[in-house]
Order: sequence, then C-alpha cells, then structure tokens
Amino acid sequence: MKTEEPGRIQPLRRRMVEMLLGGGLFASIVSAIYPVLRYLVPPPVADLGGDEIVAAKVGDLKPNSSKIVRFGTRPALLLMTSEGEYRALSAVCTHLSCTVQYRNDLHQVWCACHNGMYDLNGRNISGPPPRPLEAYQVHVRGDEIVISRKREA
Amino acid sequence: MSALTRARTWLDERFHWADLVGPLKKKTVPVHRLSYWYFLGGITLFLFIIQVCTGILLLLYYRPGANEAFESVQYIMTRVQFGWLVRSIHSWAANLMILTAFAHMFSVVFLRAYRKPRELTWLSGMVLLFLALGFGFSGYLLPWNTLAFFATKVGTEITGQVPVVGRHLMIFLRGGEDVTGATLTRFFGFHVAVLPGLTTLFVLLHLALVQYFGMSVPPGVEARWKTSPQEARQMKFFPNFFLRELMAWYIALGVLGALAAILPWELGTKADPFAPAPAGIRPEWYFMFMFQTLKKIPAKLWFVDGEVVGILVFGAAGLVWMLLPFFDKAGGGRGRKFIMGAGVFALAYIIAMTFYGYAAK
Repeated sequence: MKTEEPGRIQPLRRRMVEMLLGGGLFASIVSAIYPVLRYLVPPPVADLGGDEIVAAKVGDLKPNSSKIVRFGTRPALLLMTSEGEYRALSAVCTHLSCTVQYRNDLHQVWCACHNGMYDLNGRNISGPPPRPLEAYQVHVRGDEIVISRKREA
Repeated sequence: MSALTRARTWLDERFHWADLVGPLKKKTVPVHRLSYWYFLGGITLFLFIIQVCTGILLLLYYRPGANEAFESVQYIMTRVQFGWLVRSIHSWAANLMILTAFAHMFSVVFLRAYRKPRELTWLSGMVLLFLALGFGFSGYLLPWNTLAFFATKVGTEITGQVPVVGRHLMIFLRGGEDVTGATLTRFFGFHVAVLPGLTTLFVLLHLALVQYFGMSVPPGVEARWKTSPQEARQMKFFPNFFLRELMAWYIALGVLGALAAILPWELGTKADPFAPAPAGIRPEWYFMFMFQTLKKIPAKLWFVDGEVVGILVFGAAGLVWMLLPFFDKAGGGRGRKFIMGAGVFALAYIIAMTFYGYAAK
C-alpha cells in the first residue's frame, strides 16, 4: 500500500475500486443498522378506552370522596364534592406524571410526589405543577356515571 | 489522524499500549493448502456475536411465562418492525453456529490440531460446544410452541433416565415434576444469564489459549516444512489474515441474511400441555442422531432399560471424545489411529443417523 507518494495522482482504477468497496461497506452497514433502529421503535399501543367510559354507579361515591378509574390507557379521578357534585379530572399530574389523589381533609387534589396542589376544577394552585389537570365531562345516565373527554367545538 | 495518534500516545503513556498489542502484531498464521480450515472457529465466534446482539434485541419485547411467551413472540413477528427478521436471524444463526462449531471440531480432529500442547484448547472448545448445545436446547422452548414443548418434555425425560442423579437433574431442569411455566422461567434464566456468562468466560479462555500457542500446523505440512524450511510460509495475522477473516464473516452474514429473509423461521402453534402430542415431534437437528438412536434401541437389553443403556453409551462416548487428545501419545501410533478412526466413525454415525431420523419421520 505504498501508492500514496506525495504529489502522485492515484490512478482512476484504484479510486474506482476504493469507491466501490467503500460504497458497498457503507450500504452494508446502513442495511444492518436501519432495521435495528426501526425495531427499537415500539409499535403504537391501541387506545382501547375510546372517549367515554362508565366510571361508577350512582351511589358508589359519598360526598367528599373519590375514586381512581381507568380511562383509556391512563388513570382518571372521579370525585364527589361535599356539595354532592361530580367532577372528573385526569389523574396524571402535569408536573412529572405521578397519579394524583383527592384529599378529603383539604378538599383539594394533591400529588404526593412533589406536593403539587390542584383545586376541584383541576387548576394548579400551589407547588410545582405547571398546568391544570385536564377536566372531563360527567353525565349521569340512568344509574351510571359516565365520563367523557370534552369535545372541542 | 493526529487525534488518533494523540489518543494512542495517551493510552501508551498509561498502559504501554505497545506491549498490549505487541503479541497480536507478532501473531502469524501458517499458509498452506489447508489454511481454509482456520476460518471456521472465527465464523463460529462471529455467529455467537450475532446471537448476543439479536438476543438482546429480542429481550426488548419477549416475555417469559406460559401465558405470555408465545404471544410475545407472535407480537415480535407480526407487530414489531423487522421483528420477523431479528427472530429469524437469531434462529438461523443459532443453527449455523452449531453447524460451524461441529465443522470446526472435526477439522481439529482430522488435522490433528488437538495434539500437545493444545489439549486444554480442545477441552475448552468441548465445553463451548456443550454450552452451545445447552443454548440450543433452552432456546428451543422459549417460544412455547407445541413442537418445542414436547421436545423439551422428551429431552428432560431422557435426562431423568440417567442412573442415580437423573431424577433430581430432571426436576432441577423442569422446576418441578412436569414441563410447565416454571420450566420456561428456568430455561429463560439459563438462556439469557447463566449460559451467556459461562460462554463469554470460556470464549475468552479459548481465544487466549489459541493466542498463546499460535496456530497449529497439520503434521504432514509440518514435516515437509522441517525438511525444506524454505517452503514454510506465514501470513501476518494483522491485517492480512484479519481482513480475510472479515471477508469470511461478511459472506456468513450474507448467507445468514438470505436464509432469514427467504426462509423465515416458523412459530407453529401455541403449546397446550393437555393436548396429545402431534405427529412429527422431533428435537433440533443436532440432537437428532441421539434421538434416533434412542428410538432404535429395544425397550429391554438383557435386564436393563434400553434407554439407560443408550444414555450410558452416549455418556461414555462423550467422555472419550472429550479426552481424545490424551490418547495421541499412546503406544507408537496406535493412539493416533484410534483418534482418526473415532473421528471418522463419529462423523459418519452422526450424519447417517441424522438423515435416518429425518427419513424415518
């Protein structure tokens, strides 16, 4: 491999061979890495919950109590205020995604991870949460309490 | 380039880089008409590396457990992008690796590379072969399909026939009296933790021994080189042989990719422990010769179970085979003849019984 003398132009044939070899190697490496990268991407999980679920039966909840229900793939918080009004919120804290809980002593929604506090409309009122919790619509249909995502008109 | 030089200087100041790579630089490979056989060990190593890489990829989605294993492999093959390819490569490379390991072993026997001072290299190689067979046996069960379920039942049952320790060994392997989800959990543990750890250790030992002793020259060539030293030719390992080896790996990768893409590995149907065994239950091909032998031994030989006799004979044969290099010095050439005879017989027996096993169904 002593062809690299200074000032000497490499013959075209040698450059051709090097290009073919390099190109072939490059193509081989790409064709090995590409499937691996695609393989690493997890296939999308089907969100089976839809936009509406039956969260509880009428009478399941007493005033000033709550329940965590599965809404699609994420938890939701269904609570009854002291006045007997239903509220439904996303139970995923907007700070770092812990699951929040209803504090019946404070009448507020609390995240235990970093002491985040929300009011009963889901507004972030103290602690680190940057945004309010998503609020869901609650309907009572017969004896079923149905929660659904708010449709944007 | 200067960054590379600087990095080398940095390392050299601390680790005496030159001393570390010195032996590798000095390593040479003998050149003669049988040099091609030197590639087989390297190709086996390459396939093992492929197994480690694809195995790690499969671990990202595989779930052990009787209720999940089959479904997770199905998921890999149908939902994960290129999952079918990764699993096919893992299965094909496993089989090719066993094949090249066997070819490597027989080439060592017939070129008499096992002889003094390389007895320990042979022994470490034999341990690696047994580990590879263990990989095959444990990995076969992991997709939890019907074929593998019954093959594992039969395989572990045979282990149970070994006198004295057999039953305990069987229960240890199965994680209970029967092949159940507990067996799957165990086999999974062996396959992804115990065997890879041991294999890595023995591969390093095997390579260190090969490096220490250098490449064996077949006796015929060696004798010729002794009488006329000007004929003796060596090739530098790095880069001359190394690049050739890389080329062999590249071809192996091509063959592997083609096989995996054109003949993807089947999954079969999910194992049902309460369904009768379907026709055509068979182990992986590299166990076929033993399987077929045990099938042909009569139920009773004199007053002993045929199975037990078969297992004892295979055990004894395996032991003799492992100790093969130590017969080399025996009685003025008789040992050598015995080893050659044993090699030819073993190869012929394995090939004949394997074909017989597939033909007989």
